[in-house]
Amino acid sequence: MKTIKQVNDIKKRNNIKQANKIKLEKNIIDVKNLTKFYGSFEAVSDVSFSVKKGEVFAFLGPNGAGKSTTIKILTTLLKFNKGSITINNYDVLKDPNKVREFFGIVFQDPSVDEELTAYENMKIHSVLYSLEKSLAEKRIEKFLKVVELWDRKDDLVSKFSGGMKRRLEIARGLLHVPKILFLDEPTVGLDPQTRKHIWNYILEINKKEKVTIFFTTHYMDEVEKVANKIAIIDKGKIIEKGTISDFKKQTKSKTLEEAFIKITGYNIREEESSSLDQLRQRRKIRRR
Amino acid sequence: MGVIYALWQRQLKRFYRQKSRVIGSIAQPLLFLVALGFGFGSIFQEAGRGSYIQFLVPGIIAMSILFSSIFSGIEIIWDKQFGFLKETLVAPVSRLRIMIGRTLGGATIAVLQGLLILIISFAFGFKLNNLALLPLAILFMILTAIVFTALGTAIASRLNDMQGFQLLMNLLIMPLFFLSGALFPLTDLPKAINFIIRINPLTYCVDAIRYFLTSMSSIPIFVSSIVIVSYLIIFVFIGSYLFSRMEI
Repeated sequence: MKTIKQVNDIKKRNNIKQANKIKLEKNIIDVKNLTKFYGSFEAVSDVSFSVKKGEVFAFLGPNGAGKSTTIKILTTLLKFNKGSITINNYDVLKDPNKVREFFGIVFQDPSVDEELTAYENMKIHSVLYSLEKSLAEKRIEKFLKVVELWDRKDDLVSKFSGGMKRRLEIARGLLHVPKILFLDEPTVGLDPQTRKHIWNYILEINKKEKVTIFFTTHYMDEVEKVANKIAIIDKGKIIEKGTISDFKKQTKSKTLEEAFIKITGYNIREEESSSLDQLRQRRKIRRR
Repeated sequence: MGVIYALWQRQLKRFYRQKSRVIGSIAQPLLFLVALGFGFGSIFQEAGRGSYIQFLVPGIIAMSILFSSIFSGIEIIWDKQFGFLKETLVAPVSRLRIMIGRTLGGATIAVLQGLLILIISFAFGFKLNNLALLPLAILFMILTAIVFTALGTAIASRLNDMQGFQLLMNLLIMPLFFLSGALFPLTDLPKAINFIIRINPLTYCVDAIRYFLTSMSSIPIFVSSIVIVSYLIIFVFIGSYLFSRMEI
């Protein structure tokens, strides 16, 4: 016979379990003690954070802080040394293909095929995500209309401006209706009008389709306008996470930019030119 | 199957849309054909070896296939950062299928270029020995293309910058071509050079293609077949292994 106390204990424990489960489900991205070495250089060091379903989450930091490395790890492009990551409750290392179904991504450098038309790029994406043909056609039309590229669907992407390419990448990243959209500096190099439009599409999708947004940027004004939560990474470590208003209060700053500079310092980060920068340079020359 | 077909089709579309690329890709082999064919033709004939054009054309076809297929593999270095490759790597598709799609696409284009050279070479007086053997010659062009696309893929999966690419060009592709019997017959050569020629997969490709186009050959065709297929298996295996482990 169990005493009433014991029964109550069991009930309590179950409730806690239940509560934990709900909490787990709410976190669509869960990163624990993530560490990544490049040789002996520790690019990401014991990083933990989580993102809740439906949030617009800004991942900030100066150049070379570890932002891109973290995004690459989250999107299964890079392996890591220590820690664990789950996306929509699936382990990134154990079930990479399952995880890949859940997210769409807009990379910092373009990844559309410029020698194909906008429509053909979308079409290939639908094959890669094994969408059924008629459904794919409907969605391609829908998302190309959302980013206002439907009239240009049969034009080669090489004729597109930077902003149009970025819009196409966003539409493509949404085609398989992901639960998370990763955006690595989605508005870099774009004029204010285009930036505004791009954020309008993204926020609309966040609201209407309940897509969680995880993005990086150097434009603090954008972050203040759109983000619910932020995390700041510097020299591979998370130095701040939470809401923007708390962060501003803590640092007694009026703007996020002020707070950001207070916490990461005034010094310019001098990065050595990497082979990646050299490639970017070469790309510019090639296009001239 | 859908993914492989889509990736293959993508590369063909890119090929026929870029007319300048098609012209560029056959200009270099044609230059070799004209300069060497007419330049050395009379010496070759005086040495009692018959028509140099007959000898040279299969070598030049193999050369254009070699260049085109290694490049389509090596393009991965570029593609990793600025290209479409990332899009395929984050998709829920096995890397093996992506690699197969890319390899078949690159190989098809290489073979198309080889066939273009063959057609043009008829204008220079090249004659097929036996039309019925042409399909076998094409089969060996396809095998050649797959061997070198896979080799390029294997190398590019491990490289991250374009400097390495220049090095490869000078230390790998050029020696593969010059030391393969594409330009000269494999007789009376110094031992060291002979050794390199014997381990060079292109040697066997050139010889097999030459055999089926002109019936000239210096290696028994079954030996060439076995060597080519062995290299193909090894390179495809290593290529897919490295490609599947590739990080960006």
